Amino acid sequence: MSQLDYLQRLEAESIHIFREVIAECEKPVMLYSVGKDSSVMLHLALKAFAPAKPPFPLLQIASGWDFREMLAFRDAISKKHAWELLVHTNEEGARAGVKPWTHGAAYSDIMLTQALRQALDKYGFDAAFGGGRRDEEKSRAKERVFSFRSAQHRWDPKNQRPELWSLYNARKNRGESIRVFPLSNWTELDVWQYIHLQQIPIVPLYFAKPRPVVRRDGRLIMVDDDRLPLGKDDRVQTLSVRFRTLGCYPLTGATMSTAADVPAVIREMLSTKNSEREGRGVDKDGSASMERKKQEGYF
Amino acid sequence: MAAGARGGEDAGRSGGDVEEYIERNQRKELLRFLTCGSVDDGKSSLIGRLLFEANMIFDDQFEALKDDSVKVGTLGGAVDFALLVDGLAAEREQGITIDVAYRFFKTEKRKFIVADTPGHEQYTRNMVTGASTADLAVILIDARKGVLTQTRRHSYLATLLGIRHIVVAVNKMDLVDYSADIFDKIEREYREFAKTIKLEALTCIPVSAVVGDNVTLRSASTPWYSGPSLLEHLESVAVPDPAEGAPFRMPVQWVNRPNPEFRGFAGLIASGAVRRGDALRVLPSGRTSTVARIFTGEGEARESVAGQSVTLTLADEIDVSRGDVLAAADSPPAVANQFEATVIWMHDDPLLQGRAYLLKIGAATVIATVSPIKYRVNVNTMEHIAAKKLDLNDIGVVVIELSTAIPFEPYQDSRVMGGFILIDRLTYNTVGAGLLHFALRRSQNVHWQALDVNKRSRAVLSHQKPCILWFTGFSGAGKSTIANLVEKQLHADGRHTYLLDGDNVRHGLNKDLGFADQDRVENIRRVAEVARLMVDAGLIVMVSFISPFRSERRMARTLVEAGEFIEVFVDTPLSQAEARDAKGLYKKARRGELKNFTGIDSPYEAPEDPEIRLDTTVLTPEAAASRIIAYMREAGIIGANSAWDI
Repeated sequence: MSQLDYLQRLEAESIHIFREVIAECEKPVMLYSVGKDSSVMLHLALKAFAPAKPPFPLLQIASGWDFREMLAFRDAISKKHAWELLVHTNEEGARAGVKPWTHGAAYSDIMLTQALRQALDKYGFDAAFGGGRRDEEKSRAKERVFSFRSAQHRWDPKNQRPELWSLYNARKNRGESIRVFPLSNWTELDVWQYIHLQQIPIVPLYFAKPRPVVRRDGRLIMVDDDRLPLGKDDRVQTLSVRFRTLGCYPLTGATMSTAADVPAVIREMLSTKNSEREGRGVDKDGSASMERKKQEGYF
Repeated sequence: MAAGARGGEDAGRSGGDVEEYIERNQRKELLRFLTCGSVDDGKSSLIGRLLFEANMIFDDQFEALKDDSVKVGTLGGAVDFALLVDGLAAEREQGITIDVAYRFFKTEKRKFIVADTPGHEQYTRNMVTGASTADLAVILIDARKGVLTQTRRHSYLATLLGIRHIVVAVNKMDLVDYSADIFDKIEREYREFAKTIKLEALTCIPVSAVVGDNVTLRSASTPWYSGPSLLEHLESVAVPDPAEGAPFRMPVQWVNRPNPEFRGFAGLIASGAVRRGDALRVLPSGRTSTVARIFTGEGEARESVAGQSVTLTLADEIDVSRGDVLAAADSPPAVANQFEATVIWMHDDPLLQGRAYLLKIGAATVIATVSPIKYRVNVNTMEHIAAKKLDLNDIGVVVIELSTAIPFEPYQDSRVMGGFILIDRLTYNTVGAGLLHFALRRSQNVHWQALDVNKRSRAVLSHQKPCILWFTGFSGAGKSTIANLVEKQLHADGRHTYLLDGDNVRHGLNKDLGFADQDRVENIRRVAEVARLMVDAGLIVMVSFISPFRSERRMARTLVEAGEFIEVFVDTPLSQAEARDAKGLYKKARRGELKNFTGIDSPYEAPEDPEIRLDTTVLTPEAAASRIIAYMREAGIIGANSAWDI
């Protein structure tokens, strides 16, 4: 074992992954979801290429139902680092009026999965960094760091390349692309500790403050703008809440909390009894659903 | 026990100081270990149990687990911890683990990354993958069954991949009434076996993953056992990193050039340490310089150590590129291009002697050819067996030859400098992994003989540009007929030519080769090398061989310079070639008298992008030959200006 502590080892491993992609791929991009994992990924990319700037743009998939604070944070970060930001929305889906509560499970497929494929095809990116971690979900635990997608953006879990040592095979056939997960071996708690130690800025939605929410299917949904349909029984309350993960606001459940800074969030995490995905609407339907979504190209 | 607070520590709940908690937690060491054992040995149950007892399971996950246990569990509805870790849907249906899954947990003392790997022989490659990054292996033995063939296989593979610490967890002790005799017998037998594979550090622990005995806490059911619980052992075992005391090595991943003034060499330090002012040697070139500056992600540093990702600048402007290795100037690694290595084959298509693959080691990718395979290892008995190919999950000791010399160290000394993967040049799949043992020929002893009369001067003298016309197609397609017509025409024009014909060469140079895939590969390799020598001699060489595999044709192409290889696809459908059957070979093959006949029971891979494609269903042999001559004129190989422009 090394004299480095484990966060230093994880950091060095992630930086190594970033550099392999830049050395072997033609047109990489970083998927920037504006969440905490993306923030850590962005910080690691800055380190990997310093004193140069990371040689790839950021790509955000805007569903049209993003938290306003996330969009403001996104723009501020891009400006701060003078880092090219590409934003893509599935305009067809938006025109067709696809909304989180009108299309059920199809919503995230159309506005997130398909939108991502459109963007990757549009710009011809051959490698995309994503913030996925193996501790998030059972099927992720088996996904490679360099995860191949067919020309149709499908993941074939039974046909993954062996990945030995830190030797990544980035060669691909025409039309194929790679999703690369530099945070594969990080856990949720590692991410928070690293944010704390490195003082990485994150979107304030992760911190508790009084916010307007309504109760939906047992979850607290924030009324981020006036598009959220409210029935006559819906009661908008102002509660001290924060978010453990962030997605489209009508689908992201808040948790009651008073944790207003990173140490308080970590303290809360150490005593929490539920996993972070519990707040997400997208992977509730059946325990194998995430694997299915990933095969279809969900990040 | 209820799934409680995360992390197995009280900092959060007791309101302990978070800063102090993070400080303490951050300084933990990381231990990567591998678990292996067969489906029934309870491996997944053991990991599930470890995660559960280390309080890594959240309430919602525990609720889902209870539901799943009733639906698909194997314990009659009782909580089945194996379901926590058997991830992919297909695996859950079949009730087996077929891939490598990575798990994370931590305790008060250490943080752990667990590679959970399958046990069956057909998943050797998955186990090897998991073992490649592990410091320690936990091998499960079912107490009712004792040391099995697969126990020996797992132990052999773990030590082969450089794991020096092995824990044998004798599981299901509850099903043998916690018998000390049974445990002792298994331990004795295993220790006897361990001597044969030079296992260095071994610990045996009696456990029950389902009940929880000796997993995290020592069990009252095994009063005769005085050693640590499994978790206690994992928390305390000392696993020194050999990379720390070793001399400095860093493969250069990427050259960082943000502006003309800055040229930094980025990489992860494989071993040793580096300080400002240290003398370094660049390999394979051998040039030296000193370290000017060291950049980490957090600015400049005076010193960096093994495991860190850094960017170095050098005091002198010397040539360094991706794949080179920066090393301590006074103790550089050796450089070589021919090695003995162990290869673990990981693909359905076999490894063939003589076929060229891409080899990636550190940050370098070179072309590698295996020739010969010395023997295959029977992983169950460790016997050596003669072999001409390696199939999926086979392990063999081979001679491997590289297109370019590389700096290296034996795998047992350095995983980074001695571990490699093999990549198929057509599909780009990772098809094998390997461990370098030693160099057979140091490159410093081999020099190309510099010759004064060269290809160019010979070509000028003969007023032609040497090249290879490579005819490929089914037997009976008309390759030799067309090649013969082309040669007659060229000869009449006063060109210097030679025709290498498949049948003729097999009577002499290649008479020791048959028609199995590995023989076909070797057949083409020899012919390609001969053709290259002839091009060097200034000839226009016609090669008329079925040459069914793309990968060998590509290999032949790489032997000569760009533009010197002209692939001629004699495109005759199989049905037509068979209808002609001038030599009666198809009839014999159909009767089963000829084995491995291309098109009948051996594949033909048509060229994807040949220089010339001849459709013989519309072209006569004469028209086809004229087409080739016309191509050669256009390409400047022959004609008034055919000699190389001086």
